[in-house]
Amino acid sequence: MSKPSKKKVYGLLAEYDSAAGVFHACEQVRDAGYSAWDSHTPFAVHNLDKAMGLKPSVLPWIVFAMGMTGAISAITLQWWTSAVDYPIIIAGKPYFSWQAFVPVTFELGVLLSAFGAVFGMLGLNRLPMWYHSLFNSERFHRFSDDKFFIAIEARDPKYDPERTRKLLEASGAAHVEEVED
Amino acid sequence: MSSHNDTVTIAPEAVHLAKGSVWRLLPILGVVLAAAGLGGAFALRGEHHHEFWFAYLVAWYTFLAIGLGGLFFVIIQHLVRAGWSIAVRRLAENVAITLPVLCLVGLPVVLFGMHDLYHWTDTAAVDADFMLSNKKGYLNEGFFQIRVGVYFVIWSLLSLLFYRWSTTGDDDAERAARNADTARGFAAPALFLFALSLTFAAFDFLMSLDPHWFSTMFGVYYFAGCCLSIHAFLTLVSIFLRKSGYLKGVVTDEHYHDLGKYMFGFTVFYSYIAFSQYFLIWYANIPEETIWFGYRIADDFLPLTYLLCLGRFPIPFFFMLPRAVKRNAWTLGIIASWILFMEFVDMYWVIQPVLAHHHAMASGDHHMTMHLGPLDALTLVGVLGVFLAAFGWALGRKALIPVKDPRIAESIKFENF
Repeated sequence: MSKPSKKKVYGLLAEYDSAAGVFHACEQVRDAGYSAWDSHTPFAVHNLDKAMGLKPSVLPWIVFAMGMTGAISAITLQWWTSAVDYPIIIAGKPYFSWQAFVPVTFELGVLLSAFGAVFGMLGLNRLPMWYHSLFNSERFHRFSDDKFFIAIEARDPKYDPERTRKLLEASGAAHVEEVED
Repeated sequence: MSSHNDTVTIAPEAVHLAKGSVWRLLPILGVVLAAAGLGGAFALRGEHHHEFWFAYLVAWYTFLAIGLGGLFFVIIQHLVRAGWSIAVRRLAENVAITLPVLCLVGLPVVLFGMHDLYHWTDTAAVDADFMLSNKKGYLNEGFFQIRVGVYFVIWSLLSLLFYRWSTTGDDDAERAARNADTARGFAAPALFLFALSLTFAAFDFLMSLDPHWFSTMFGVYYFAGCCLSIHAFLTLVSIFLRKSGYLKGVVTDEHYHDLGKYMFGFTVFYSYIAFSQYFLIWYANIPEETIWFGYRIADDFLPLTYLLCLGRFPIPFFFMLPRAVKRNAWTLGIIASWILFMEFVDMYWVIQPVLAHHHAMASGDHHMTMHLGPLDALTLVGVLGVFLAAFGWALGRKALIPVKDPRIAESIKFENF
């Protein structure tokens, strides 16, 4: 049994009844200048990223870098093996027949792009994650069903138990609770 | 937030060309250009019958790519019941409806230009050639004319049908909903007819210029150009319409973004097809196949081939890669113009080397000379005029969007992630 004195606060969790409700609440939280917070909805809400003031993801750059790495390493590997390390004449064509190397270059570019997209996405989302404090809340489980949530973390420099709670309540939350870390 | 059941109010002045609008001058401008271009080319042709017909074919096939692309766009958007595209679908329908007129432009090729364009119409030469005499069952004048007639009927009929289903619903929401269902039901067989007619037309008009050569990918190669051209043209027209005050709040940056994504996607598709066609022939290294590329990398045509390779893939690909480029009217307009220009380069690259080879053989110096003269410019301007006249006429005739389409609200409110 945990002792109440050791209880550490993760942050405040506010529950909303509608997508429009959480959307406008996000705008208010964004305008209040919070940085360590997130919203949770059962489905994708259009433009919620703008309401939250999120910057564009760096994922495209990761994918681009990975794709280029794939394409360049594929063409280099084929050039080195076919034209440098073990030159061999195939079908009377030059050692470095770039035409023949295009499919592999293309495929490796696509493969590494896909790796970059999938693993980059997982990395940026810090997944897989075995524990998340928000699941300490019973009510939060309905975020994948029919409720909408905003969670503001206690580590946010602007965080203040009283004022943050007031802000969330004023933003139209149906329920605000403190969540254990 | 789901927008499926929402409604929008569309300001009539945003989707109807005003009485004194400059857009209303488009048909007149088109007719002037057509008369000046085609008339000028016809007057200038003199003894250069070959040059005239080859230039005419290049110009015609360049604009046919936009027209056929428009028909494809309309059919495929109906078939998949796309929501985003409804706001620009009427523009594509106006492009597709130029097809009956463009078919008329193609008629002289069949009636008068065949002997100047197609070597296989020379029966004496065919009988002396083992390969060509074996192709006689397909490549003969009578059958060619029948096939072309069938293509023209299919294209005209399909474009008219889809145009009518869309425009007759403009005053009557119930009828619009019924027509949308009919169009969707008919879209699948229409796509079949379209695919077959486009493929065989590309075989007949373009591939048979060099009757010894064959590539089963040739139809889809031309189709890729059609898709690029229509998305580029729709982009340009919606940008210009928005700049002149129309379609405000109807065609949004979101639609630009999607048109941009399609231009990007079909850039990759075209490159994939074009390279595959080249790759198989390069690998097999069979003289009767490689010679087609041989002409196009010989002498004057090598720089053109480089331009095609660069201008069709690396330039548009890397340019359109960032998201912001596809959401900005300026950058998107630049690349759309480039894509349309490259369609002309592509058609020139496919068609003109045949004539250059003919000249190279006749002159005896065997040098592939590239000609780009007044005939090329005038025919291009002429067919552009015909295309603009038909398109401009359709643009002013009805609303700029299918105003009563059951899902027009969904399209207008559409947003990308």
